[in-house]
Amino acid sequence: MPTVSMTVNGKAVSADVEPRTLLVQYLRENLRLTGTHVGCDTSQCGACVVHVNGKSVKSCTVLAVQTEGADVTTIEGLATNSELHPMQEAFRENHGLQCGFCTPGMVMSAIDLVQNNTNPSEQDIREWLEGNICRCTGYHNIVKSIEAGAKAMQG
Amino acid sequence: MYNFNYQKASSVADATGKVAAADDGTFLAGGQTLLPTIKQRLANPSDVVDLAGIGELVGIADDGNTVTIGAMTTHAAVAGSDVVKSKIPALAALADGIGDPQVRNRGTIGGSVANNDPAADYPAACLGLGATIVTDKREIAADDFFTGMFETALAEGELITAVKFPVPQKAAYQKFPNPASRYAIVGVFVAQTGGGPRVAVTGAGQDGVFRQADMEQALGNGWNADAVGGVSVSQSGLNEDIHAGADYRAHLIGVMAKRAVAAT
Repeated sequence: MPTVSMTVNGKAVSADVEPRTLLVQYLRENLRLTGTHVGCDTSQCGACVVHVNGKSVKSCTVLAVQTEGADVTTIEGLATNSELHPMQEAFRENHGLQCGFCTPGMVMSAIDLVQNNTNPSEQDIREWLEGNICRCTGYHNIVKSIEAGAKAMQG
Repeated sequence: MYNFNYQKASSVADATGKVAAADDGTFLAGGQTLLPTIKQRLANPSDVVDLAGIGELVGIADDGNTVTIGAMTTHAAVAGSDVVKSKIPALAALADGIGDPQVRNRGTIGGSVANNDPAADYPAACLGLGATIVTDKREIAADDFFTGMFETALAEGELITAVKFPVPQKAAYQKFPNPASRYAIVGVFVAQTGGGPRVAVTGAGQDGVFRQADMEQALGNGWNADAVGGVSVSQSGLNEDIHAGADYRAHLIGVMAKRAVAAT
């Protein structure tokens, strides 16, 4: 089995994996980072979004071996000590989640948006969420959360 | 997902050599189609050869009248490129409308063109702009490249290295996406090129992307939206599925062509 080494949430990790191991499987089953979810498993729903070298990707459609040497950030890597990331805090404040299943992917996707566009309009946010599906909220409070989170991230 | 051997290629020659040496090898570009296909067990390659480490396949070059895009350049990179936005803004906008942001961060132009999905966006740009597909062996005109649904002129083990787009006088792309998958039910790319007007239609044809000759002729007589809107589009050879009938697709070709011309 090939060995794959990468940095996950700032920590160097390495493991022998089958080539077919998906990044999301590696994160959840090897590293026990179960905050990243598998929703559809067909790259539609976005519950599995993580950052690879700073860009949001669907970890159900990336092989672990493809991220050799990469810097991976999951939802678990956002908070510092016990303080939530401003985007996480914005979701909490704005009731941006109900069941919470889609939330890790939503938050990771939202942070990538703000990295590309520091002051997104409501339209920008709605278009960016193309690849993140929520079956509870109707998206309205998610959009509000991301607007607030974007402002908070500018500090 | 069946298992496979994973190999990383360091150069184009290394990649084609590894695929040639495998029982049933395949190239892995961004993986946004290939990996779901393997997961569904619709493909079962013995070896997957990853192109991600080949630096020469990534990048966008401005050669004055031509924009050359390396095969491993992501949709997000094309959408965000200053060169593409200034030289062929319709191409940047098309790339910005593929899939979703996460797919655009991984998916590549070479992968999309090689796959020739009948509802993909890039084939419409290649055919609509009269692009040239560059491979490790030769250069293929887009007119000769797309040979049928998921079929191309690529030989076994032949690798796309770049796509060369001639800069048009003007161009635009309009698509009517499926509301769930966001793939084009119909997408129309129109361009005024050195060789005259070109109109390419994706999403609609049973054999994949095709040129709409009657509309090209109408635009040759005068570049205006009403000219293409008035062209009668035959239902023959158009897709009929749960998303849309052939009659609806024929209608949408007219509407999308009209909107595209109006947008130039």
